[in-house]
Amino acid sequence: MTGKPPARGLSRKQRRLSVIVAAGCVLAAALGLVLYAMNDTILFFNAPTDVQTKNVRPGTRFRLGGLVKEGSVVRSDGQQVAFEVTDTKSVIRVQYRGLLPDLFREGQGIVAEGALDPSGVFRADSVLAKHDETYMPREVADALRRQGHWQGEGKASQQAEQ
Amino acid sequence: MLVEAGHFALALALGLSLIQVVVPLWGARANDPVLMAVAPTTALAVFACIGFAFFALTMAYVTSDFSVLNVVENSHSTKPLIYKIAGVWGNHEGSMLLWVLILSLFGGIVALSRDSIPARLQANTLAVQAAITLAFLAFILTTSNPFDRVIPAPADGQDLNPLLQDLGLAIHPPLLYVGYVGFSIAFAFACAALIDGRIDAVWARIVRPWTLIAWAFLTLGIAMGSYWAYYELGWGGWWFWDPVENASLMPWLAGTALVHSTVVMEKRDSLKIWTILLAILTFSLSLLGTFLVRSGVLTSVHSFAVDPERGSFILGILVVFIGGSLALFAWRAPMLQQGGVFAPISREGALVLNNLFLATGCATVFIGTLYPLALEVMTGEKISVGEPFFNLTFVPLIIPLLLLLPLGQTLAWKRGNLLGAAQRLYAAFGLSLLVMIVIFAFTHQGPVAAPLGIGLGVFLILGSLNDIVTRSWVKGGDWSLIRRKAFGLPRSSWGAAIAHAGVGLTVIGIAATAWDVESLGTMRPGDRLAVGPYEARLETIVPRRSANYREDVATLTILSGGRELGSVETMKRLYITRGMPTTEAGILTRGLSQVYVSLGEIQPNGALGMRLYYKPLVLLIWLGAVVMAAGGGLSLTDRRLRVGAAAKARRLPVSPLPAE
Repeated sequence: MTGKPPARGLSRKQRRLSVIVAAGCVLAAALGLVLYAMNDTILFFNAPTDVQTKNVRPGTRFRLGGLVKEGSVVRSDGQQVAFEVTDTKSVIRVQYRGLLPDLFREGQGIVAEGALDPSGVFRADSVLAKHDETYMPREVADALRRQGHWQGEGKASQQAEQ
Repeated sequence: MLVEAGHFALALALGLSLIQVVVPLWGARANDPVLMAVAPTTALAVFACIGFAFFALTMAYVTSDFSVLNVVENSHSTKPLIYKIAGVWGNHEGSMLLWVLILSLFGGIVALSRDSIPARLQANTLAVQAAITLAFLAFILTTSNPFDRVIPAPADGQDLNPLLQDLGLAIHPPLLYVGYVGFSIAFAFACAALIDGRIDAVWARIVRPWTLIAWAFLTLGIAMGSYWAYYELGWGGWWFWDPVENASLMPWLAGTALVHSTVVMEKRDSLKIWTILLAILTFSLSLLGTFLVRSGVLTSVHSFAVDPERGSFILGILVVFIGGSLALFAWRAPMLQQGGVFAPISREGALVLNNLFLATGCATVFIGTLYPLALEVMTGEKISVGEPFFNLTFVPLIIPLLLLLPLGQTLAWKRGNLLGAAQRLYAAFGLSLLVMIVIFAFTHQGPVAAPLGIGLGVFLILGSLNDIVTRSWVKGGDWSLIRRKAFGLPRSSWGAAIAHAGVGLTVIGIAATAWDVESLGTMRPGDRLAVGPYEARLETIVPRRSANYREDVATLTILSGGRELGSVETMKRLYITRGMPTTEAGILTRGLSQVYVSLGEIQPNGALGMRLYYKPLVLLIWLGAVVMAAGGGLSLTDRRLRVGAAAKARRLPVSPLPAE
């Protein structure tokens, strides 16, 4: 029924070709979009030490992760918060306006998203802590391990495991 | 005792599934009806065993049996009963047990529908299904045994993660799993067809209801998860393009394509090989999702414990089933009888386009989800792919699909008339354009995305209605005749129209998020803060105690032009056992819009950090999903799907069971 060429219109070969052409167009468009988006929208994760060694330029958006330095949290009016993020080797100051997550505490691992301003302060537009007190954000744990100061992940997973 | 019996039942189920794999496959090969008949019997027995194991674990939770490690880690004697029950699957071991329970439930239903499925197909299908059950039972018994004892038993448990102590936990995982795991049946049917080397429209008719059930449940599960995240996480966001969410979106996209391609296969005996591939890919994506969520590759509220051994085991399962089924496909698919090729301008042509867009959209989500993982493994560089990436890739692929949807629905089967179809849509298109212009005129300072998106949503709804109206219209406008004709349309046509209208509702809800208003402020009792057209006044902040947490409750009155609309409560809770703080958002619903209030830090001077949102039409996002699922459910009741394939069973050489 469908195999017979119709009285009018395209032959079997042409029909098949039209499907292939349509598929090719959509796939090419998708590929183009993905490649374009890959260049533009991807955020790198940096620990404070990475920020210095890679010499990240002001205005480049990235994700900053580390521990909130003890005693560094300063709150001011209008929900402004300033704190320092550390990987125990380097420190970066962070400015943020908004509500902090429930699990934001001094000494706790966090990941902030934003960019450095010309004075080297990280302007965050979001701050994330993890959903559960036993988890250290994985990127943060890895960054700390690189500094040789963190053996906690094994412990944390054991805790979760027991 | 019950706990050991549950453990034993799981082991028994493992043995029975092994039988269910080997014997029916052999029987189908040797054409032996007796051996094939082993499949349904063992499938039911496996379901009974796993069901009993699940019951045993549930009882351990309900009675707070703290000699069971799993209960100790995830429960507490003061936890409310509903969370004791839901807490059974609020942890790694229990959720895997729920996974296999649903897997075996589907196997059991296939076993019971012996009248509508040819025996040979049923035997092969159940054997493949049992292979999946076998793998996951082995996984549970070796790496994630929920029945492990702890001696001596502690006095009390460690409580459940407070974020999970919510009604959402009782609903979201079972819905999602029925969807996820439901696609295993389509997968098993596809593999069975490949093993048998036979596939036809009857196969599509048998598989279609299973796909529809799984799809409808997955739709509800994702929507429920999204709403839960929206009210629980306190950011007012409903979709974060988080890898865990993407893990459920990918099978949904592939499943949506599958639901549509089975229609083509059933009606036109075409697109066969693609449909088989799609069935395999859909469940493969479900398995991938399980791997991503359960292996600890991603850290999130869903990944309960990080254990490399479990990760490698699930990865092994993934490789065996995806690799195995694709190898089977590569080997057998060329032997299957090819379907016909059809005219590009036709309903089936439009459905191919639908599949093309959905599959490509799914591929972009796949890349966005897995590329960071792959890059980290290869270079150690950590990147995050978030909303901007998906807005640039997934969204531009889905918008043309939605624009073309009403047109495709209007095209006739076999050979459609593009101009004719477009003409029938003039009214719907004109009306939605009008809606768009009116909204734009009233909100011309606002974002352009909102009126454009709402126009698209209205077009989808009107286009779906249009389909029903034009198909039941009679010249002269005799209402009783029109009504009779409309109700005489197949249920599947109504189902499709309703599901597509649901898509329109969700699109409107999403578009309206462009109008969201967020206000941040520091408030003391008596202070007011404006949010969109409303105002919130902080009344009181008082401490309160419950069995397993204590909280500070802020009560706010929402006002509109000085008139009180109602009050909402938002809380900062501290769960005592885990010492974990959470925020509970307060929500006031006005029609389809919501005012969302979230309590921030309580400052030493007594002032409260407060975050307010005005979210116009936000409920449509989830309501649309419910309507989509309802459309799928209505399609299921179509007579065509209920009758089954009994009459066509004669095509198969051996049909030992009475086919009628």
